[in-house]
Amino acid sequence: MTDAIVFVRETSEPEDPPPRLSRGAAAWAKANLFSSIGSSLTTFVFVALALWLLPPLIGWATTKAIWAAPDGALCRQHQDGACWAFISAKFDYLRFGSYPIAERWRVNLVEAVGACLIVWLLSPGAPIRGWGALLFFVAYPVLAFVLLHGSRALGLPVVDSLLWGGIFVSLLTAVVGIVFSLPLGVLLALGRRSRMPVVRSASILFIEFVRGVPFITILFMANTMLPLFLPESWTPDRLLRPLVGIALFSAAYMAEEVRGGLQLLGRGQYEGAMALGLKYPLMMGLVVLPQALTMVIPGIVNNFVGLFMDTTLVSIVGVTDFLEAMNNAFKDPGWSGPTIMATGYVFAAMFYFAACYGMTRYSAFVERSLAKGRER
Amino acid sequence: MTRRREAAEGAQSDAAIDFVGVHKWYGDFHALRNINLTIGRGQRIVICGPSGSGKSTLIRCVNGLEEHQRGSIVVDGVELTPNVKRIDEVRREVGMVFQTFNLFPHLTVLENCTLAPIWVRRMPKRDAEELAMKLLMRVKIPEQASKYPGQLSGGQQQRVAIARALCMNPKIMLFDEPTSALDPEMVKEVLDTMTALAEDGMTMIVVTHEMGFARQIADRVVFMDNGEIVEINAPGPFFDSPRHARTRLFLSQILHH
Repeated sequence: MTDAIVFVRETSEPEDPPPRLSRGAAAWAKANLFSSIGSSLTTFVFVALALWLLPPLIGWATTKAIWAAPDGALCRQHQDGACWAFISAKFDYLRFGSYPIAERWRVNLVEAVGACLIVWLLSPGAPIRGWGALLFFVAYPVLAFVLLHGSRALGLPVVDSLLWGGIFVSLLTAVVGIVFSLPLGVLLALGRRSRMPVVRSASILFIEFVRGVPFITILFMANTMLPLFLPESWTPDRLLRPLVGIALFSAAYMAEEVRGGLQLLGRGQYEGAMALGLKYPLMMGLVVLPQALTMVIPGIVNNFVGLFMDTTLVSIVGVTDFLEAMNNAFKDPGWSGPTIMATGYVFAAMFYFAACYGMTRYSAFVERSLAKGRER
Repeated sequence: MTRRREAAEGAQSDAAIDFVGVHKWYGDFHALRNINLTIGRGQRIVICGPSGSGKSTLIRCVNGLEEHQRGSIVVDGVELTPNVKRIDEVRREVGMVFQTFNLFPHLTVLENCTLAPIWVRRMPKRDAEELAMKLLMRVKIPEQASKYPGQLSGGQQQRVAIARALCMNPKIMLFDEPTSALDPEMVKEVLDTMTALAEDGMTMIVVTHEMGFARQIADRVVFMDNGEIVEINAPGPFFDSPRHARTRLFLSQILHH
């Protein structure tokens, strides 16, 4: 057939299924774990490392650990295991700081409402998400402020922010930072690409200044300089100052992420929108930003994760966040002992890891579900 | 010059688009040179010419995607000035179809079509969807309404782009090389859609190299080269007996390669 100069097909080639790959655990292991000498060696080295390191660590955290004890005496006797009893004894302090015990239900309520709203907002396909967003961004902050701070009119005693502390302050700082830094970052990114020279220069100046200064400097500046810019009677709260600092700091980084997304979008999308008569805000809000932000979800979440970690730095301006509360808890002489600190920091690490890993998994899930509908 | 302006003013009622002495520069490059062209309502104009001759620039000036620096362009009785309000007014009445479709990939076909009617025309969502389905039917792809542009072929995407522009109920349609980015087997379906539109009496300016299409639907063919209009004629004489040497050269290049 191949030597024919003229060829006309008379029957179609049959459509065959692809050849079967060898399946099963043995075939998989051979292909992935032992495909070459180097690969086999790597497998052995890592398995050996895991066998050497993991059992003692798991033993330390579980079987050899002290789970319940009235004070640190038992932990001092068993120094080869974690002292989880310390965490349970101090858990209320780690959660609420010095918030008055009788008023802690207010914190719980704020956290529960916030968690429900966030789940509502973040579940794809949840009903009337627009209302959820309105509640979360408008009604919830008011509710949170009234409940946490207190209001004489409603018979809720005022709790000074000096007493706030622990996990709830860490979460508050992170949520405030996230909620304010994204819209602010979007505005700065649009400003940086604006045609108006004043807006553009101001945006560039802000972004480059903030990015060129360590976060701790920003915190100190927010702490000492913010009161200088505002009227004397209006002295901002001790907790509010670092919150403003963290939102502004994160916004500058967010702006650069968003700008990256804006640059990925071709001119055609702008022209398509303009030709339909969409004005600038509609063009940005309906056509450009939805695409630009989707493209930089990993970067944005990366920023959120960084921001969450950075909240631990607010302790240096006197805010008792979770990590600072942990450090304070170590000072209890009844709970002093060599395993206490290790236990406390492992627990803190688990808390931060769980929160940040949750964020990255969620972003991966969002990316996948957005990609599903759109790609060919 | 003055006589031409008087003529233009006198003819304003039935002129859809009127170019008088239009010039444009990109930096030092003189992209449009003294363009004078009047397009009546319901007329179909095909613009052709070698690449870089200014034909795309010319039609992009009609809806303000490019700004001209001298002369005047009056679209449907509204003179284009750098005034943003004026430009928006013109864009609402002028639909445009691009070489690269420029559909919004994050929206479904139906949402692409209803976006502008809902947000610019303030049309209720249900009415906009009804209108969009009617126009998708007209371009013969109603069954793709819930898909995303990325799932469609190039020809289908371009037809969606036409439907999207028509959803704004424009008085004038601009086509900027609508078939140049398409695989050859998809050119026909787009040209058929445009032919049907022309037969319904739409005012159209089409930049294209599809000479068969030009011969079939154009009232006049405009040949541009080097930023200036070289020849304007009815399609018959334009193709059969081009008068300018540059037109002859261009036609011989595109018809016999």
